[in-house]
Amino acid sequence: MEKIKTTHSRRSFLRSSMLAGGGLMISFNWLSEFNLSDKISGLDTAEQWNELTGYIKITPENVIKILNPNPEFGQNVMTSLPMIVAEELDVEWQKVVIEMGPHDNVKLGPQFTGGSNSVRMYWKPLRDAGAAARHMLIDAAAQTWNVPIEEVTTKAGMIYHEKTGKSGTYGDFASKASGLAIPKGVKLKDVQNFKVVRNSQKNVEGLKIVTGKPLFSLDHNQEGMLIAMIEHPPAFGMKLKSFDASQTLKMPGIKDVFSLKLYEDGFEQAGFDTRTFNDLLVVVGNTTWEVMNARKKLSVQWEPTTEIKETKNMFGRKQDVVIPAGLESSQSHYSKMQARAKEPATQLRKDGDPETAFKNAAQVIERTYTAPFLAHNCMEPMNCFAHVTDEKALLVGPHQAPGWIEPTLSKILNLPADKIEIQMTRMGGGFGLRAYGHYVTEAALISKKVKAPVKLVYSREDDMTYGIYRPMYTATYRAALDANKNLIAFHVKGGGIPEHPVHANRFPAGAVDNYLAEGWELSSNITVGAFRAPGSNFNAAAEQSFLDELAEAMGKDPIEFRLELLKRAKENPVGKNNDYDVDRYAGVLKLVKEKSGWNKPENKKYSRGVAAYFCHNSYAAHVVDIVKRDDQPYVERVFSAIDCGIVINPDAATNMVQGAVVDGIGNAFYGRLSHKEGVAEQNNFNRYRMIRLREAPKKIEVHFVENDIDPTGLGEPPFPPVFGAVANALYKNTGKRLYDQPYLEALNNNPA
Amino acid sequence: MAVYNLKVNGKSRQVDVDPTTPVLWVLREHLNMPGTKYGCGVSMCGACTIHLNGNAVHSCQLPVSSVGSREITTIEGLSENGSHPVQKAWLEHDVAQCGYCQTGQIMTAAALLRTNPNPTDAQIEAAMNGNICRCGTYLRIKDAVKSAAKQK
Ligand code: FES
Ligand code: FES
Repeated sequence: MEKIKTTHSRRSFLRSSMLAGGGLMISFNWLSEFNLSDKISGLDTAEQWNELTGYIKITPENVIKILNPNPEFGQNVMTSLPMIVAEELDVEWQKVVIEMGPHDNVKLGPQFTGGSNSVRMYWKPLRDAGAAARHMLIDAAAQTWNVPIEEVTTKAGMIYHEKTGKSGTYGDFASKASGLAIPKGVKLKDVQNFKVVRNSQKNVEGLKIVTGKPLFSLDHNQEGMLIAMIEHPPAFGMKLKSFDASQTLKMPGIKDVFSLKLYEDGFEQAGFDTRTFNDLLVVVGNTTWEVMNARKKLSVQWEPTTEIKETKNMFGRKQDVVIPAGLESSQSHYSKMQARAKEPATQLRKDGDPETAFKNAAQVIERTYTAPFLAHNCMEPMNCFAHVTDEKALLVGPHQAPGWIEPTLSKILNLPADKIEIQMTRMGGGFGLRAYGHYVTEAALISKKVKAPVKLVYSREDDMTYGIYRPMYTATYRAALDANKNLIAFHVKGGGIPEHPVHANRFPAGAVDNYLAEGWELSSNITVGAFRAPGSNFNAAAEQSFLDELAEAMGKDPIEFRLELLKRAKENPVGKNNDYDVDRYAGVLKLVKEKSGWNKPENKKYSRGVAAYFCHNSYAAHVVDIVKRDDQPYVERVFSAIDCGIVINPDAATNMVQGAVVDGIGNAFYGRLSHKEGVAEQNNFNRYRMIRLREAPKKIEVHFVENDIDPTGLGEPPFPPVFGAVANALYKNTGKRLYDQPYLEALNNNPA
Repeated sequence: MAVYNLKVNGKSRQVDVDPTTPVLWVLREHLNMPGTKYGCGVSMCGACTIHLNGNAVHSCQLPVSSVGSREITTIEGLSENGSHPVQKAWLEHDVAQCGYCQTGQIMTAAALLRTNPNPTDAQIEAAMNGNICRCGTYLRIKDAVKSAAKQK
């Protein structure tokens, strides 16, 4: 085994420090105990860092550094992932230095934030890394002391040999240990003995956040850096025809105005190369304000696009995509969806004989649900810093998956991947949008063109009007009841622009004898993409409202009704591939029932709604309590029950669930991005209503199911069922079933 | 372009900028103080909140030419090391998710508590309603404001 010498050069050490905003990322508690600056200044040479696995570095003085591999966008991986390493390494959490790792998929794994995957995919590798490093340190000590390795123990960053009374710090043996082979399959801790994991630890960047340190890429600044903004077509379905920049170029601080193509014709786009417009009209200047002003002086001719054919390569699966021409409006979207829903669709799953069952039914209940496009509205608008030369490229930006964008950059810039360095900044939100790399690529091309370091900045208006939105969805649900009000058939037919939301093998598939799921799609030239729990964020609204209405029609309690269906799916499942765990699903329903005091007389004053959902490997259920306030429905309390397996950092996990609940209420009540003749009708927060503090619940009580299942993810699962629970509580509060989102608009447009 | 002498965090700073430039961009790009954030530019999100003579204002809609001799305080000047009671309360409640909105939230809360050391729930709601948190940390923001009020 080759010696893992610290290959991190002084330059890269300084670089990662700089990324952290001019200093090491350290935990707040440590800062208050030590005068770090003295301690760190002596360590400023990389030679002293001994690397044990890609994630851990230790100095002879026993300063222990853990690298966070994954991009941070508010889900707190910067804290929770290093906690996993620290647990197995057996070190005191408060004394560990945490730093954002470089982009290095070989050393640091997949480095991708999304799909509620961070903790799930890093759980085992990080435990292994911590355990392996600990073993290497023990091995080094045993060799040095000439004692049997089994007799060497560790505690909180110290190594002991009891019989001889010998002891030393990890730092004493780090150099020797770093020369040993990384052992495989080292025994991991029993989860019952965890000391760091499962205990709430504060956000390691908390102090930097509250003191306003430059953590975000929009804060990035360096000598000679220019600012670029893109003037995009005023409408989807339009493109650049010609422009006259003479007035713009006369404005103070303006350096250049030019147009360039993002992708050359025929460029095979990777799965997340989605972009809104291909012809970019770019204004470059000294400062953001100057560029913003100069944009107003542009004189531009736009022209309609023609149909565009593109090739997409979805991780190896090639797809030809046709993007239609035309100026689209939300109104026509709704009527087109309505018409398309009546046509035949693709069958996704069929159990039993649904047709006959519906024919023979005593009662058929049919309801149709819709939801609009949504804008992600990350608080930090899209932006990226780029410095591209003929030899190399440096990108500093907020991106959820640097490994996805790097191959695209490599092709477009004609540079080998090892000449492209991507530094991952803390992101001011992501919600799925930052999995797409358009703004990174745009920044790189602009820098290459102007031959200077450039920061591309989207204004809020840019960010909202050329988004990659949550798709529009609709679904029609039908249920067949026999004369005794038993559910004998269930049918969902879902569609969307441009993708349908149906997850055919999820609940209640498996619980009903006769079941049919179908899907259809309509194309559009408005760009859409992933948004916190794609598809699920609509399904859990529609399906969970429908089940509520069904329970009512059947004269059943909505929780008991779901539990009965789950019991059926457990004891005598229908069909194959039911992709949910019945016990975990039922578990969150039972927990939320207990914790919310469901059906308890003292909660009578609330209009209560319940919903549960499974997505991204975890389970969530909410009870939402609505009251009338100023004559409007207000969600005053929420009870949440979550099963995501082992919870790494309980208080931070609670924070994330509370955030998902607030996000869900906000989008369910107010969320809508609409178009007229291709133009986004909302371009800033004065027209796009976001939930605010006064509208947030007074209480969100979060309960986690306690089990020892390996973590199954948390960022997305709590979000979808909020929509359904809100709809069901609104029904109780207003007497009206709501089928169209956003709900408050639907309510106020059709007052009782 | 015009020269302005600003009082920022107790120090005098000179900038030579277009008179219409919002204080937000003067701070971020001319004075290299990026703690004040850009969120909307139209006074709808509160990310850019600073204190002007102790009162919370949205710096994105405040032209540098209108500041005059009034004192600007930014998050960088609220305390040197996070020791302001509001910052401490924010850490105690581990409020932040992405963190982007939080400096604006803290500046708004600090201004509220300066004039009203014991705000009611309704007063907190009214004062903080101009600050959007996309991550939905509102419950913790409220709790942190209350803790900070107690510390004072
Ligand atoms: S940036 Fe000033 S209020 Fe939004
Ligand atoms: S913490 Fe992300 S916007 Fe408030």
